[in-house]
Amino acid sequence: MKKILVYFIVLMAIPFALKAQQEPFHKFAPLPYAYDALEPYIDKMTMEIHYDKHHRAYYNNFMAAMKGTELEKTPMLSIFANISTQPVAIRNNAGGYWNHEMFWNCMKPNGGGTPSGKLGDAITSTFGSFDNFKKQFAEAGVKRFGSGWVWLVVGKDGKLFISSTPNQDNPLMNIAEQPGTPVFCLDVWEHAYYLKYQNKRGDYINAWWNVVNWDFAQKLYAEALEKK
Amino acid sequence: MDYQFPSLPYAFNALEPHIDAQTMEIHYTKHHKTYFDKFVAAIKETESNGKSLEEIFANVSKLPMAVRNHGGGLFNHTMFWESMSPNGGGAPAGQLADAINAKYGSFEDFKTKFNDAAANRFGSGWAWLSVKADNSLCVCSSANQDNPLMDTSDCPATPILGLDVWEHAYYLKFQNRRPEYISAFWNVVNWSVIEARYNSIVK
Repeated sequence: MKKILVYFIVLMAIPFALKAQQEPFHKFAPLPYAYDALEPYIDKMTMEIHYDKHHRAYYNNFMAAMKGTELEKTPMLSIFANISTQPVAIRNNAGGYWNHEMFWNCMKPNGGGTPSGKLGDAITSTFGSFDNFKKQFAEAGVKRFGSGWVWLVVGKDGKLFISSTPNQDNPLMNIAEQPGTPVFCLDVWEHAYYLKYQNKRGDYINAWWNVVNWDFAQKLYAEALEKK
Repeated sequence: MDYQFPSLPYAFNALEPHIDAQTMEIHYTKHHKTYFDKFVAAIKETESNGKSLEEIFANVSKLPMAVRNHGGGLFNHTMFWESMSPNGGGAPAGQLADAINAKYGSFEDFKTKFNDAAANRFGSGWAWLSVKADNSLCVCSSANQDNPLMDTSDCPATPILGLDVWEHAYYLKFQNRRPEYISAFWNVVNWSVIEARYNSIVK
């Protein structure tokens, strides 16, 4: 009887073991909140299409573009550090995959407010005040012509700066004009806001401050400084 | 010359159901108008003020980025509106049809090539059918508001048909489904205008 039970347990475990083996190194993470969690600032339909269509397409295209290559087991940061040697499909889709995952984490329901702690201090000392930082960050978002992203970045010298990148590029890529470690980001592709805000990108950015997740930025900032 | 904001050659809802009225209204009164206003403000600061857009594009690499972006946005959208019609669709005729068949094998093969250019443009931009200096046809795409008339272009030519693939051109109706928008576009292409452009270049 005991023997049968052992066989039974082993048999039951096989599908799970197989699944673990098949689990890809690069995963498509679940959205950390419901589609409607950021209402009324970011609408439910935008979140659903943005995550389930755009983000998922970047992930799927990234997986397809690197199929059978060593990138399948290479950490994203290493891929970005050598992105200039990769085909443009990797650059675009790896960027789209990674940037969006970071973006979801940069937001949360009941977010907003101001950063405290070390990040709060660094922002104040770098930009003069939190309001000045917000102004410069929003301006970078409005001025990015076409599709792209805005970033708060820790540079090699440990100092904060704001940059923007075209399309799905990011500051971790070795082709970035202003390289560094991003701690906070904003998607300014039209798909991020067009259903609710249409041509009014500035209104989208104003609304977005109400859902930013400063705890997450704080965490990335502390990690970036530790690496120095 | 004074720069003029062109009127839309048809009503906002004229291209329904292929291009929806809300998209047309915002696209024309907000996006296009903003490019016009910003271009006029930017060109005033340069010695090229008063020159034609074609002349400006031929030297755009030496002008401020705002001239390139907004001048492109002004010209490209004007051409785009004129390239569409409520009575559009079908296939080109005459010399243009012959040239398309000679170059691409068939109208369907040309459409496939143009569709690919439009679908594969990553981020914001345009797909073009243009006439090169040797009068041959070419299909290409450009980023943002660039176009083949600009001296920065990697496919320099005279465009005769442009398709806007910025997300603002289709997002309200088609969201992430850019290929569906491209398919719908063929139903409103005003081939008689495209043919006239072609004929005036190769004459």
